[in-house]
Amino acid sequence: MTSKILETFLKCQKEQRPALLTYTVAGDSTKKQSLEIIKSIGEHADIIELGFPHNTPIADGGQIQESSHRALKNGIKLSDVFRLVKNFKQSKYAKPLILMGYFNLILQYGLLAFLKQCKKVGVDGLIIVDLPYPENKYFANQCKQHGITFVQLLSPTTSKQRIKKIIKDSHDMIYYISMLSTTGGKLKVPSKKILANYSQIKKINSRKKIVIGFGITTKTIVTLKKADGLVVGSQLCKEITRSLQIRQNPVTNLNRMVLNLKRKII
Amino acid sequence: MIKIKKNILLIDQHDKNGLWAGKFGGNWVPETLKKPIEDLTQLFQKLRYDKQFLKQRNYYFDNYIGAPTPFIKLQNLTRHLGGAEIWAKVVSENRGTAHKIYNAVVHCLIAKHAGKKYVCGDTGAGMAGKTLAMVAKKFGLKCKIFMGSKDIKRQKLNVEVMKKHGAEVIPVTTGSQTLVDAVSECMRYWVANCLSTHLVVGSTVGPNIFVKICAWSTAQISKELKIQMINIFKKIPKKVKLINCVGGGSSAMGFWNEFMDYNLKQVEFIGVEAGGPKNSKLHAAPLTNNSKIGILHGAKQYVMQNKEGQISETESISAGLDYPGVSPLHCFLKDAKRARYTSATDEDALAAYQLVTTLEDISPSLEPSHAFAEAIKLAPKLSPSAIIVVNSCGDSLKDKFIIKKRLGSYIR
Ligand SMILES: Cc1ncc(COP(=O)(O)O)c(C=O)c1O
Repeated sequence: MTSKILETFLKCQKEQRPALLTYTVAGDSTKKQSLEIIKSIGEHADIIELGFPHNTPIADGGQIQESSHRALKNGIKLSDVFRLVKNFKQSKYAKPLILMGYFNLILQYGLLAFLKQCKKVGVDGLIIVDLPYPENKYFANQCKQHGITFVQLLSPTTSKQRIKKIIKDSHDMIYYISMLSTTGGKLKVPSKKILANYSQIKKINSRKKIVIGFGITTKTIVTLKKADGLVVGSQLCKEITRSLQIRQNPVTNLNRMVLNLKRKII
Repeated sequence: MIKIKKNILLIDQHDKNGLWAGKFGGNWVPETLKKPIEDLTQLFQKLRYDKQFLKQRNYYFDNYIGAPTPFIKLQNLTRHLGGAEIWAKVVSENRGTAHKIYNAVVHCLIAKHAGKKYVCGDTGAGMAGKTLAMVAKKFGLKCKIFMGSKDIKRQKLNVEVMKKHGAEVIPVTTGSQTLVDAVSECMRYWVANCLSTHLVVGSTVGPNIFVKICAWSTAQISKELKIQMINIFKKIPKKVKLINCVGGGSSAMGFWNEFMDYNLKQVEFIGVEAGGPKNSKLHAAPLTNNSKIGILHGAKQYVMQNKEGQISETESISAGLDYPGVSPLHCFLKDAKRARYTSATDEDALAAYQLVTTLEDISPSLEPSHAFAEAIKLAPKLSPSAIIVVNSCGDSLKDKFIIKKRLGSYIR
């Protein structure tokens, strides 16, 4: 069976454009508002990534940390995250949804209980920042059995041999980290170089859908539009922060920003 | 029942996934760090058996850090308490005034071998930061130290020393603004700079290789102690209690390593965690309070957390012990029942500092004062033939302001 994630990529491919993936944090700035945000940006985004925040993140930059901090202050729990997903999945612009976070929360919830709940509310994929290969073998396999895409990550530091192994073990979608950085850094590598690495990976198995993330903004997105998909996160989190500061509605501002991003790649 | 193997260093008793006892430690890190960690693992594996490298290490340990540090009997304290003989291994007499300098020297030597020009490290009490700054300067490495803002305030004497040695001290303002946040921020920095920078984790925590390098380095303490004990007592006495404070656990691991294979009845290990303020629910004692296993800073360990898996706030008067997790090696020792763990409150530690400083010519910082608090409690219950040794791994000078504020005056 083709996953909704793969279907989405195939559809975008037909339209000769990359898929647009957005990342926002569940519970930022409130539980209700974070739901409103994804319901609204679902209008333009192809796949929604939703972060479940952890208070000791070892790979997030300032923008996402700030979003996570706001969300945690509002008492966001996994049960809320699941409720948000369920709600989103029944909304007008429902799209495939990928949860993203750190492994300890899943460990404490119970691996299988977590996957069961994901399935129940309609989660399509998972990205676990601190669960690399081969540590992720068991869990990735369980995801597969639950019909959930486990998204493997690749980085500029990943050796060629390792890339091959990871791709072999991967599901439909792979996440390529554009540069050595936490999230939210400026794109410090030329897009050409990133795309060259991307092509190397793509060559190994062209059926795998590879998205690029980290450092992508309205300014840089156009330079990478050859990829299967592009992820924008920190810029959106930053826009929430900015909107709150100037007392504007983050929902409308993010909708506009995502539309803008979309326009750059179609 | 989990068993410790004999004749194999504890640091090497992990499986191919880097897990001790199949469940502690490991490498739960972002993909970007896999390669630098693997490179470091291979380099260390080579260097630790390399004669030239060992010669270098020994040279710096002997002539720069200064070996051995004194092993002295605390006659007045022993007399005052009655019961077991109390001794101290005065590690704070080394050049770095704490055990952290062993780790700093080894890491800087490795960084040089790896051709790195930069080192970055975390610090809580400022000792890891201070010693790394010192050694980095000596070896011509540029140094960045990450330190929680709360710790920068309470340990500002050490911050001054770091700056004097040319390190850049980066305040960490997220979360509780203590060690846990400093380690996170330092790891984040490494994610972005792993090609140019060598990471120095300040204790036996973090991904597997950092636990190993740190414990391998601090093992110097027990190597010296074993020789000193045999010189003084002719052999290892029949009943020895080795008492050490436990934050991340590098000091305790170093203090115990050479005695690992002794029978528990002969050489007992007692780890003392930070119990926090008396009558407060907050503490930094995951082992004492049976915290659940979770992942913190890339390693599985007993860690203070809520039901959801969010890491809990800690509180301790001692910045060096104020950490919600603990080394996977100590989790292993706890489960194997080779060591036992308890805690001392802020007040216990202050009282112990005061008693030891008043009676003796050493003055432990607030971290080892936690260990002294346990020794003071235990000694009267033991026979005079029992030997208690406390690792006095820090000097009170760095805690001058805290002590003055809490006790009204500071003596040393
Ligand atoms: C003097 C002193 N003792 C003990 C500790 C705790 O260290 P460990 O992580 O080795 O338990 C520290 C940490 O900063 C320290 O500075």
